Amino acid sequence: MKTRKTIVVAGHGMVGHRFVQAAIERGLTETHDIVVIGEEPRPAYDRVALTSFFEVGAQELSFLPGGAYEDPRVRLVLDTQVLGIDRASHSVELSSGERIGYDELVLATGASPFVPPMPGHDLDGTFVYRTIEDLEAIRDRAATARVGAVIGGGLLGLEAANALHQLGVQTHVVELAPRLMAVQIDEAGGRTLTRHVEGLGLTVHTGVMSECVQGEDRVTGLKFKDHDEVLPLDMVVFSAGIRPRDTLAREAGLDLAERGGVLVDEQCRSSDPHVWAIGECAAPGGKMYGLVAPGYDMAEIVVDALLGGPGVFAGADMSTKLKLLGVDVASFGDAHATTPDSLELVYSDAVAGVYKKLVISECGTKLLGGVLVGDASAYGLLRPMVASGLPLPENPEELILPQSSGAGFSLPAEAQICSCNNVSKGEIEQAVADGAESQAAVTQCTGAGSTCGSCKTQVKKIVEDYFAAQGKTIDKSLCEHFAMTRAELFDVVLVHGYTRFDQIIEAHGRGRGCDICKPAIASILASQLNGHVLARENRTLQDTNDAYLANLQRNGTYSVVPRIPGGEITPDKLIVIGEVARDFDLYTKITGGQRIDLFGARMEDLPAIWTRLVDAGFESGHAYGKSLRTVKSCVGSTWCRYGVQDSVGMAIELELRYRGLRSPHKLKGGVSGCARECAEARGKDFGIIATEKGWNLYVCGNGGANPAHAQLLAGDLDGETLIRYLDRFLMYYIRTADRLQRTSTWLDSVEGGLDRVREIVVEDALGLGSELEAAMAAHIDTYVDEWKATLEDPEKLGRFVSFVNAPDTPDPHITFREERAMPVPAEPTGPVSLGASIPVGAPVTGQVEGAR
Amino acid sequence: MSSKVTEPTRVCELEQIDRESGVTALVHGRAVAIFRTHDDRVYALSNYDPFGKASVLARGIVGTRTVDGDEVPFVASPLHKQAFDLRTGRCLDHPDVRVSAYEVIISEGAVLVGGVKEQR
Ligand code: SRM
Ligand SMILES: Cc1cc2nc3c(=O)[nH]c(=O)nc-3n(C[C@H](O)[C@H](O)[C@H](O)COP(=O)(O)OP(=O)(O)OC[C@H]3O[C@@H](n4cnc5c(N)ncnc54)[C@H](O)[C@@H]3O)c2cc1C
Ligand code: SF4
Ligand code: FES
Repeated sequence: MKTRKTIVVAGHGMVGHRFVQAAIERGLTETHDIVVIGEEPRPAYDRVALTSFFEVGAQELSFLPGGAYEDPRVRLVLDTQVLGIDRASHSVELSSGERIGYDELVLATGASPFVPPMPGHDLDGTFVYRTIEDLEAIRDRAATARVGAVIGGGLLGLEAANALHQLGVQTHVVELAPRLMAVQIDEAGGRTLTRHVEGLGLTVHTGVMSECVQGEDRVTGLKFKDHDEVLPLDMVVFSAGIRPRDTLAREAGLDLAERGGVLVDEQCRSSDPHVWAIGECAAPGGKMYGLVAPGYDMAEIVVDALLGGPGVFAGADMSTKLKLLGVDVASFGDAHATTPDSLELVYSDAVAGVYKKLVISECGTKLLGGVLVGDASAYGLLRPMVASGLPLPENPEELILPQSSGAGFSLPAEAQICSCNNVSKGEIEQAVADGAESQAAVTQCTGAGSTCGSCKTQVKKIVEDYFAAQGKTIDKSLCEHFAMTRAELFDVVLVHGYTRFDQIIEAHGRGRGCDICKPAIASILASQLNGHVLARENRTLQDTNDAYLANLQRNGTYSVVPRIPGGEITPDKLIVIGEVARDFDLYTKITGGQRIDLFGARMEDLPAIWTRLVDAGFESGHAYGKSLRTVKSCVGSTWCRYGVQDSVGMAIELELRYRGLRSPHKLKGGVSGCARECAEARGKDFGIIATEKGWNLYVCGNGGANPAHAQLLAGDLDGETLIRYLDRFLMYYIRTADRLQRTSTWLDSVEGGLDRVREIVVEDALGLGSELEAAMAAHIDTYVDEWKATLEDPEKLGRFVSFVNAPDTPDPHITFREERAMPVPAEPTGPVSLGASIPVGAPVTGQVEGAR
Repeated sequence: MSSKVTEPTRVCELEQIDRESGVTALVHGRAVAIFRTHDDRVYALSNYDPFGKASVLARGIVGTRTVDGDEVPFVASPLHKQAFDLRTGRCLDHPDVRVSAYEVIISEGAVLVGGVKEQR
């Protein structure tokens, strides 16, 4: 007897994927097998973030990086089309020839870009903007194209146009309507927007109709109706709206909506009770929705219905915010003031390019919608106000006047903050109460902000307000001794030219410092002056490991890590490391950082060990410092048959350049010889990946507890530019980061994020470039090997003794046992005594001190 | 508990200890951490960190922390940063934990360590 039923899902896009996820989470797979058929060659990915494909690549966008669902009852069939539905036999036919029976069929086939049927629309050089393959094709063509046009000046068209522009193509935007984003914004807003878009270097043509694309077999130009001139072009991208993909339903005889889309009821059921439709191919009540959030709702509703639940689709919020263009545009609620007798409140500043409009109910108490151009910072507050029907404050104009942060207006707990993932203010606050203390942590546990990202600032504000309400202002003081952040302290030290902790705490702090501010200031002084960390005036500030230029281990011994730049080492040097380890009886291990760690060294042996290493040409590896650790390399073009650049050479150059650089947290780099990325460069604070044309520079990645992929800062750089950008990037981070803040968390805290960092590092928007480069040059010029300098200075060496009054007596607390033929720490036994067997000086009498 | 009377033992010159840091000395077979603060006061604690279970306290950072309005001189263990009151050996983060504190005498520029202090 067959008791398990089968659900077939046609289409593995954003909504199809959400359906499967919800089905697994809510237990539908306990009773049903699911077969998902997707036509694209890869599993579902984040189409909303499609444009970032150019920066982050396909893997980063994927919803299923592993390529399969963990639940074995879900079968994923990719690169395969559903060709037809046989409703009589309850089965679908696939392009592979397979036929699959279903008990329930869910259509999630999405939509396709509408290409106006004008002559020449299918010439070589015409594109649409919907899938990763589309973008790959656009990128390939852009490599040789000079001029291009995007037909359609809506939300998607502008996104595509900006992408073309970023790819180095001189770009025209052609729009039939009299203004850009005609669906979302009004005429005045459209004018302001046009000015911004032109300011970016794009050419805008509104109110013109494209007649045909010209060319023999390749695109050569675009002809407008009623114009004689032809716009010469090498490529055309169509972005003139979308059409629901409802062919399967039509051919199966299901009811369609008047304007296309599978007609479904409020439970998303089609005219056949066993066929459902969700996402952009569906038209609940006859209306299709071109956004992802309503599609997600539909997916949840069908899962609910299949479980016998009562959920219904109740329409959707069509608010939108333009992503990526570098221009703030948002539209929400009734943006066109179509509600009878509604009032409009407009703020416009032509000089600053800001246009803001609020649509208010006749009685003046409710916000119905609005348009924001040039400054959309209020979007996060206003959109939920519309959605939750919150009464307006007394002076609603306050909401759109410049500098208004919306402070003082508080949203109710049920207000929806993230529309993509349907997360309310209350849920965000609950997450904070449960321990998520930052916007990033909230995003991780609620999903808010993880899709289009437009709600991130609002999420951040809710987190901060929550703390403030608890009386826990997020105190940014370094510690009780300094009421400043590390970045502020860095500037204070720089401006005054301080060289000693005493000067700084006397002038700007109180008390005598502690284990937090002392190492922080030691690091700041080292970044600025690059003096020896054991120099007398500052050595008592150093953290545990820096204090002895080695890493303290659990039993009080130290580990020794010589630098092996790029992981490249000669046989002779390898032999020296082996000999030192053997002679000093050290546990030896290959680290995760392409070098070798020698463990179990007694403090008093460190100088002798390092004498041997320095003589053999080794330097400190700074494994103990908050400083550059390693620049990992892959073998690269010298040996590897895929390599396109000398990654080892570059890694060594960078490791030597930045060795000894003290920073707020440790710094790691990586260089890969090609896109296969064997050096895992994108898991590093700075990662470099070779391209045919040069080097791509990625920044702000790390492994560790919260792994983050590094993001593209600039592409195809020559070696010199790469190093210039890296110098600036590292120095800017060192100046502005908090203590123990790695680059990825620092990036999260930079207002404006990666774009801002790019402006500063690549475009030199603050004019800081040469100052940062000079600071790095000063570091490089003053670099000396810390261990070599220590060995040459008896005063510094004097500290490496087990006991001040018995310098050569080994500390009896340190004991070893053997494991796999090497020494490892023995279990601690508690305080031990050597007995009175060692003479330690004669008794003297005097007064008692320090015994208050 | 009464302190064990021990002859004060001369361990080093005051000048051998950097201000706001520590050294380790062997005193009657025990590892003792001796600290000098910014005002030239000298304190001695057992060198054994009861949390990390290793003989390391002398290598920690020396500073001050405000406790009930009182500026307490302390050392932070180099292993996991627990703070110990230099005057009493009491752990400021876990008040029921305490390491032995020793009497210290400064005489003609020399540092002498005596017996364990009375606990108050
Ligand atoms: C030895 C080594 C493990 C090994 O046997 O392979 C190691 C050992 C330590 N790691 Fe690590 N990490 C080692 C590679 C890594 C890697 C892998 C890599 O570098 O490719 C990572 C993840 C990559 C990254 O950092 O992004 C790593 C992430 C961490 C973290 C987490 C950092 C984070 O941002 O979350 C810590 C904790 C910290 O720094 O606060 C840490 C801290 C430590 C410390 C320093 C903990 C400590 O304070 O005692 C360990 C002492 C090292 C010693 O005594 O010599 N170690 N550690 C590796 C030394 C690499 C080297 O040659 O310098
Ligand atoms: C550049 C861009 C930016 C966008 N920005 C936003 C935004 O900011 N906010 C927002 O809300 N929305 C945005 N969208 C729209 C959003 O991506 C869609 O609303 C969402 O992807 C719809 O999901 P879906 O599953 O219905 O369709 P899709 O994601 O298109 O998935 C449908 C899948 O079904 C497959 N398929 C179709 N027919 C068949 C068949 N016969 N057999 C097998 N497989 C089939 C398709 O190949 C496709 O993979 C954007 C879209 C684009 C292109
Ligand atoms: S990243 Fe590329 S060049 Fe480097 S080893 Fe891997 S495949 Fe070869
Ligand atoms: S509104 Fe899109 S991610 Fe929150």
